[in-house]
Amino acid sequence: MRHAGIDIGSRSIELVVIEDGEVVVSRQSESGYNPVERVQELIADISFDKVMVTGYGRASLEIAFDYPTITEIKAYGTGAATLHPGIRGILDIGGQDTKVISLNENGKVFKFEMNDKCAAGTGKFLELMAVSLGYQQNTLGLEALKGQEGIEINSMCAVFAESEVTSLLAKGCLRADIALAVHQSVCRRAVGMIKRQGLKTPILFAGGVANNACMIHLLKQTFGDDLIIPTSPQFVGAYGAAVLAGFL
Amino acid sequence: MADYTKMWTDLGLNLDNHDALLENLGGAYQSIFMSQEHRPEGMGYFDFVMSEAHGLRIQELRDEQEAGRKIIGSFCVFVPEELVLAAGCTSVGLCAGADFAQEEVEKVLPRNTCSLIKSFFGFKLGKVCPYMEVSDLIVGENTCDGKKKSFEIFSQMVPNFFQMDLPQNKAPMARKLLKHEYEAFIAKLEEMTGKRIGLEDLKQGIATVNAKRNALARLSKLRTANPSPISGLDALLINQIAFLDNPVRFTGKVNALCDELELFVKENKGAKVENAPRVVISGCPMAIPNWKVPAVIEATGAVIVGEESCIGERGQRNTTDASADTIDGLIDAVVDRYFKIDCAVFTPNQERVEHIKEMAKNTNADGVIHYGLQFCQPYIMESFSVEKTLEKDGVSVLRLETDYSQEDMGQLSTRVEAFVEIIK
Repeated sequence: MRHAGIDIGSRSIELVVIEDGEVVVSRQSESGYNPVERVQELIADISFDKVMVTGYGRASLEIAFDYPTITEIKAYGTGAATLHPGIRGILDIGGQDTKVISLNENGKVFKFEMNDKCAAGTGKFLELMAVSLGYQQNTLGLEALKGQEGIEINSMCAVFAESEVTSLLAKGCLRADIALAVHQSVCRRAVGMIKRQGLKTPILFAGGVANNACMIHLLKQTFGDDLIIPTSPQFVGAYGAAVLAGFL
Repeated sequence: MADYTKMWTDLGLNLDNHDALLENLGGAYQSIFMSQEHRPEGMGYFDFVMSEAHGLRIQELRDEQEAGRKIIGSFCVFVPEELVLAAGCTSVGLCAGADFAQEEVEKVLPRNTCSLIKSFFGFKLGKVCPYMEVSDLIVGENTCDGKKKSFEIFSQMVPNFFQMDLPQNKAPMARKLLKHEYEAFIAKLEEMTGKRIGLEDLKQGIATVNAKRNALARLSKLRTANPSPISGLDALLINQIAFLDNPVRFTGKVNALCDELELFVKENKGAKVENAPRVVISGCPMAIPNWKVPAVIEATGAVIVGEESCIGERGQRNTTDASADTIDGLIDAVVDRYFKIDCAVFTPNQERVEHIKEMAKNTNADGVIHYGLQFCQPYIMESFSVEKTLEKDGVSVLRLETDYSQEDMGQLSTRVEAFVEIIK
């Protein structure tokens, strides 16, 4: 039996197909303006017996293909617990939201928190900061690691932070230092959410921002080895959805 | 609906704005309420009241006015309907549950004001609320800072305004303050009508409101059944209509609906499937047409089995003891009844948390969703201790903070769906 999981996020779409517990397909694409079409392209040449869709765009697939759906909270919970048994917490920083999820000893979700309706402190925020600082999105973290501590970015709002960054640049601050400060502010916010929920460890760091070297470095300063980075942080949700498809 | 254009014009409504509001409202009502399955026939009356909320009901109020009754508009469950009825007046609720004329509102109020306050300002400035316009007196009360300060501005926009002070704690002095304020309110009503409230008037007022609350309590009790015989949306609607409809007729219709629901319970018929996840909503009031969060919750297949809210249990539970045989004794009984309301403006307010726990237990709820309107400090502040206390007791809690806009629907759905997945 081949089970497919599709995670339609605000920035990217992931597809995972598992067969007998092994991942046989994993693909990614940008969400773009027509995610349904993107999904059609992603699955065009593959076959599966069951499918489960998750993520922000799940409803569009439910409407288009009548695919069953599950929230990303449950998908991430299941994905994390299956990939790393014993995980008690998840930090997922994606394109437009940040989630903190508590799992019980059996790997079931029992509590979660999501950021409010704006994109403060998410992947989108980092993406906009990269633009302001003239960095490529995928090298922002590496550049930030070269920065010196000492600057503080207070604003979590992408619009206000941009003006904060602009004025720091005008003052002559080095952009690597500013980049580090941007990461520190996102990290503080995430740690705050984790502490507020009283997340147990070990914690799995998932979502696109878990590919960012500076974020990993900063979070490790707080959690050390209790923070686990999966091999493919962006695929945890799609993997969880594929596992859940097996229970349909 | 008949043509009420003349009435609306006489009331000074802005017809273009008003048409736009009614069109929106009608559309939302169709998609949220009329699409529900397994609705009891008794809901037909409440659908009718809603369809005529700006028509026939306003006509009735104007007819009452013709006959000499005064219409008293208010915003809070601390304004006793018993006293209004005893004075031979009619009480209507003015809280509003939709954004309207926001640009106009933000000229007079800070942006960071809760939706409920902005909404009744918008309804006033946009001239779309016939209840506000038909009211002979509007009563504002000192509950939260947002309301009491905004009433300073609002009172300038209406011809006849009465400010009621409210205590902030449950000490004996606070009770004295409440009694003093109720006596001042009685004096105001008597001044308007030119008649003193007699013992029998007050007894009758209390009896009418007690009957209404008993009917609503009966409805609440029926919702403890599994499956719940009525959806949370329909129950909320009834609680909302309680603030607009003629109280005696309303009571009769609620009781008739309850008779039907008793049969539903016997036949194991429910609004949702048996063993559907059961949710209690707790927190800020939801005024018409604020059906946003309940609609999201029930779209997941869960059923709402209680509202710990002013438009719900907090506002309607407890009746007034009508046994005293002096006016002062009856006023004391009214004060006692209202002094028990556990609004979040009080401190400390441990009773509220205890009440939520009790409701969750009595309704066999699987979880509690705490509903906070953005910038509503009293309820949002309390939501943290509500969450902690209930979770200690093993009750799952989801705290939501939102407003009247639709822009966070995606995130709200995700949170609510995920919560329902957890409590299932």
